[in-house]
Amino acid sequence: MYHAIVFFPLIGALIAGLFGRFLGARVCEYVTTACLAFSALLSWGVFIEGDHATRVQVATWFTAGDLTVDWAFRIDTLTRVMLVVVTTVSTLVHLYSVGYLEEDPHRPRFFAYLSLFTFAMLMLVTADNLVQMFFGWEGVGLASYLLIGFWYEKPSANAAAMKAFIVNRVGDFGFSLGIFLVFVLFGSVAFDGIFPRVNELKDAHFHFLGQDWHALTLTCLLLFMGAMGKSAQFLLHTWLPDAMEGPTPVSALIHAATMVTAGVFMVARLSPLFELAPDALVFVTVIGGITAFFAATVGLVQNDIKRVIAYSTCSQLGYMFVALGVGAYSAGIFHLFTHAFFKALLFLGAGSVIHAMHHEQDMRNMGSLRRYIPFTTAMMAIGTLALIGFPFTAGYYSKDAIIEAAYASTRPGHTLAFLATVIAAFFTSFYSWRLFFLTFEGPARWGAHAHHDDHAAPAVAHASAAHEADGAPGHTEGVAHDDRGHDVEPAHRSDLVADDHHGHGHHGDHTPHESPLVMTIPLGVLAFGALFAGLIFKDRFIGEGMEAFWGHALAHGPDNHIMHDIHHVPALVSYAPFIMLVLGFVLAFVMYIRRPKLPAELAAQQPVLYRFLLNKWYVDELYDRIFVRPAKDFGLFLWKQVDGRAIDGAGPDGIAARVVDVTRGVVRFQTGYVYHYAFVMLIGVAGILSWYLMAGLPKPGGH
Amino acid sequence: MFGLGLLSGLLIVPLCGAAFILTLSGDEKAVAKNARWAALATTVVTFLLSLVAWNRYDATSASFQLVESHAWLAETIRFKLGVDGFSMPLVLLTTFLMPFCIGASWHSIETRVKEYFIAFLVLETTMIGVFQALDLVLFYLFFEAGLIPMFLIIGIWGGKRRIYASFKFFLYTLLGSVLMLLAIMAMYWQAGTTDIPTLLQTRFPVGMQWWLWLAFFASFAVKMPMWPVHTWLPDAHVEAPTAGSVILAGILLKMGGYGFIRISLPMLPDASHTFAPLVFALSVIAIIFTSLTALMQTDIKKLIAYSSVAHMGFVTLGLFTLNEQGIQGALFLMISHGIVSGALFLGVGVVYDRMHTREIAAYGGLVKRMPLYAVAMMVFTMANVGLPGTSGFVGEFLAMMGAFKANPTVAFFSVFGIILSAGYALWLYARVIYGRLEKPNLQGILDLDNREKLILAPLVALTIYYGVHPAPILDVFAPSTEALMTSMKAALSNTQTAAAALPLAR
Repeated sequence: MYHAIVFFPLIGALIAGLFGRFLGARVCEYVTTACLAFSALLSWGVFIEGDHATRVQVATWFTAGDLTVDWAFRIDTLTRVMLVVVTTVSTLVHLYSVGYLEEDPHRPRFFAYLSLFTFAMLMLVTADNLVQMFFGWEGVGLASYLLIGFWYEKPSANAAAMKAFIVNRVGDFGFSLGIFLVFVLFGSVAFDGIFPRVNELKDAHFHFLGQDWHALTLTCLLLFMGAMGKSAQFLLHTWLPDAMEGPTPVSALIHAATMVTAGVFMVARLSPLFELAPDALVFVTVIGGITAFFAATVGLVQNDIKRVIAYSTCSQLGYMFVALGVGAYSAGIFHLFTHAFFKALLFLGAGSVIHAMHHEQDMRNMGSLRRYIPFTTAMMAIGTLALIGFPFTAGYYSKDAIIEAAYASTRPGHTLAFLATVIAAFFTSFYSWRLFFLTFEGPARWGAHAHHDDHAAPAVAHASAAHEADGAPGHTEGVAHDDRGHDVEPAHRSDLVADDHHGHGHHGDHTPHESPLVMTIPLGVLAFGALFAGLIFKDRFIGEGMEAFWGHALAHGPDNHIMHDIHHVPALVSYAPFIMLVLGFVLAFVMYIRRPKLPAELAAQQPVLYRFLLNKWYVDELYDRIFVRPAKDFGLFLWKQVDGRAIDGAGPDGIAARVVDVTRGVVRFQTGYVYHYAFVMLIGVAGILSWYLMAGLPKPGGH
Repeated sequence: MFGLGLLSGLLIVPLCGAAFILTLSGDEKAVAKNARWAALATTVVTFLLSLVAWNRYDATSASFQLVESHAWLAETIRFKLGVDGFSMPLVLLTTFLMPFCIGASWHSIETRVKEYFIAFLVLETTMIGVFQALDLVLFYLFFEAGLIPMFLIIGIWGGKRRIYASFKFFLYTLLGSVLMLLAIMAMYWQAGTTDIPTLLQTRFPVGMQWWLWLAFFASFAVKMPMWPVHTWLPDAHVEAPTAGSVILAGILLKMGGYGFIRISLPMLPDASHTFAPLVFALSVIAIIFTSLTALMQTDIKKLIAYSSVAHMGFVTLGLFTLNEQGIQGALFLMISHGIVSGALFLGVGVVYDRMHTREIAAYGGLVKRMPLYAVAMMVFTMANVGLPGTSGFVGEFLAMMGAFKANPTVAFFSVFGIILSAGYALWLYARVIYGRLEKPNLQGILDLDNREKLILAPLVALTIYYGVHPAPILDVFAPSTEALMTSMKAALSNTQTAAAALPLAR
């Protein structure tokens, strides 16, 4: 059964990937989607059945000395929750992509990648040991790389794909070291070998980089570095917004619902370790809080519809880490669960908007779409309500639980996390409604007069124009018709034929159109989840039935009563998210419906702040200065100066040159190369021999 | 077979093939054609023969197997062959890669075809000989003899700066080897024999071990190559013909590592222990510095060459961790790198044969015209990056894990390699394969033909197979590694006891 859940997507991927060109795109779509649907069906069966925890051995991967790494599944409630999330969203995204990518000539490749991703993600969440988790971890990274760079002709997509992979590798740097340390401490990388022994090593210390560390704290910090990379937490978040270069269904599946939550899953899975490393948990809390706040501020001013949602994802992941950091693991996973529905819904809804707008992503060129695509509008409204935590939607239960947990906690850093999450809730509400109003309400800022022939421009121009436009002093939001600084999905540009068909056809006379049924059905299913997933599952995840539901999947230390304490917070704290929600809505309403001139005026009044936010706190620029460019310069220096001058100069070339000089002087008639080198050899031999003889062979023992 | 065993057969078959090609005469075209087919047949037969040897090999034993010993220079210096867990996989790697090299040279070599294939077959004999020799003099003979055909291959069939490259290659490796010869002589004076199994049981005085170790190190470090004696490799790779690069990266670089595991570690355990920090330092420098250097290369082959140096840094790192994970990881990485880097050079050869340039800037957008090629290169690139599920991961991961056990600081620095390797490998891929196909002379480029598919497909399959199921190779190393660990531990504790007892004696 579990074999089928995990390996069916792989089979689908192999069929589409290997035989796609013979089978044709349509068959590939059916096969992969059917495989996924089957896998999802089984997952729900397993989830509802809710059996006790088991371990399924598949094969042995490798052994070396006392290290054994298995291919094996660890099935407990945490895994079952993830199985359901991953396979459900993946199935819906497969289905949706059938409609979304209809014009793309590379559909077999796309569906193979999507299914490959799902397989890797399933390997990750079923992993029974850290190395298999790392396999899934890197596997989803590969799939993400391939899918972000799916439109390989677009330089910005290639750059984004590379950036995603490399930034994740920075996280993996910590993850690998963490695995090594676990092995050194526990003599095993399997969870069954680690968790029963954590108490023995509670007070162990480890010497690393000249410092004495609390062993478990160091382990958890290193492993968390991997989580920061995969889940795009502050400092390692830079790849996620750029990942929006990929097709929108990919953003929904990988960069919102599943892959980016892998870090959250990892910390929850390793909760027995983290519970004994309180300092590491403080770090998790603080990073989570900072990310929730930081990403929300950047989300306030972005103009690309996908980027707003991307920063929102980043921010929501911060919430999850806050929950984990204060010990409310179940609340963190609950938010992961509900977030998967409403964020996938928002992304797919945004995809539907982009589809309707013929691959326009800049919200400044939208507006008034409610009248043209009412179903999508309704779906986006539901997603927005769930995201901002409107009462009784899915986000309401999980997000409030996190904010309450941040307040109720007694661990260091919880105050910062509480304030950050509350303020972020306000920002979330504001940018969500801003997105909604700019896209669906107000005047239509598209049409013949607003459409330049930007689709024919090379994609390079888009990328560079984006930067110039962002930095241009006179530029403020709302006046954007001459600005081409937005991402364009070049589905129609991937093939010359498609280009002809699509490139010149739609200017002026095309009005936005509602998406086909194959795209709206997934939206409907996700909307159901976004509305009711909280209501249905809250008792099991964070309420009365919690203990029976989770079993031993999540560890709680003896002093960790956070899930009880959240019921005893002051009323004001409970209402805080709702107050923030209303404030954000009112502000957005005033700024984008009542007084549409206000945003531009504000931006003009505060140019420094506006540009600081628009340019994402300049983190990318900073990294470019302190990491990327120095690495390149140093590489060039090593190549030209060290290898070229110092080593070769003093070594072979230098010796050869000297020898040539010497032989010219001494024996002028010998010019053949071999003589030179023979001469060098002789000198070398003589030198070594004399050294040898003079020093004498040291005698046994020497004393 | 004439009183000779299977292992002698592995040495003789390529030589017979070479002799046969030598006798070919007549029309130039016909000779070239016959030489190609004869070389291919010879290497395939050799590979099959090595499979027979593999079949007879007992992978659970740590002892030398299929041993044969013939009279040679003296009673103490014999023509002795045998394989154990360290050498058997390397012999197989050699015989496995050879047919691919012949296949890759099918059309790209047009001048002196006959001589080219003779050089290759002779090279095969010497390489197999290195891994099979159970006598130090024989080992040295094969070790050095291999230089000559390689020197010729680069010098005659190489690129524009082939003379410079071939001499640089020769000079570097020969200088190191001279010191090795001295060390072998010293060992002979001390032990009275050059028989490797006997020497493995011999305990050399600690002081002498140091000198011997350094002398062997000079030779093996150049061959690896370790930083800072690596600069011959990029030049040699760039100038060598495709098949030459494959052999260079796939097999010749493994001789250094094999030397360490066959001679330095087991025969000179105290010195190995003493000098391990030196090796660690050089390895870490190699991993970080050459990765950064690789990042900035403008020549595809040079980039892969530098990445080879970085990967060899992981090998030396793993070997000198002196624990099971490190050593087995290093050995596995040697095999995996043999397959992957060989495949990468074959891949470069594919486009070089079409465009006759190795400049990265001359390419871009190849995926549009060459989708199959792009898939194969993606697999090899990911293996080079060490993605789990490819063979590149297992070795690197184990080597770093071993390093962490031995010295966490060293491991910390070595792990930077996984970030940097992603950087240079993906950037190369993005510049060559992805992007728009804009260069006018690339518009008509063709995807893999049947010969190239036949060459690359097995390598793709093996790269993934050994990534998911490395046991067939990894488990062969295990008994020999275990035996090595036991003997080294005993030797080191002896020395330590002696050192500890010293103050009391005074």
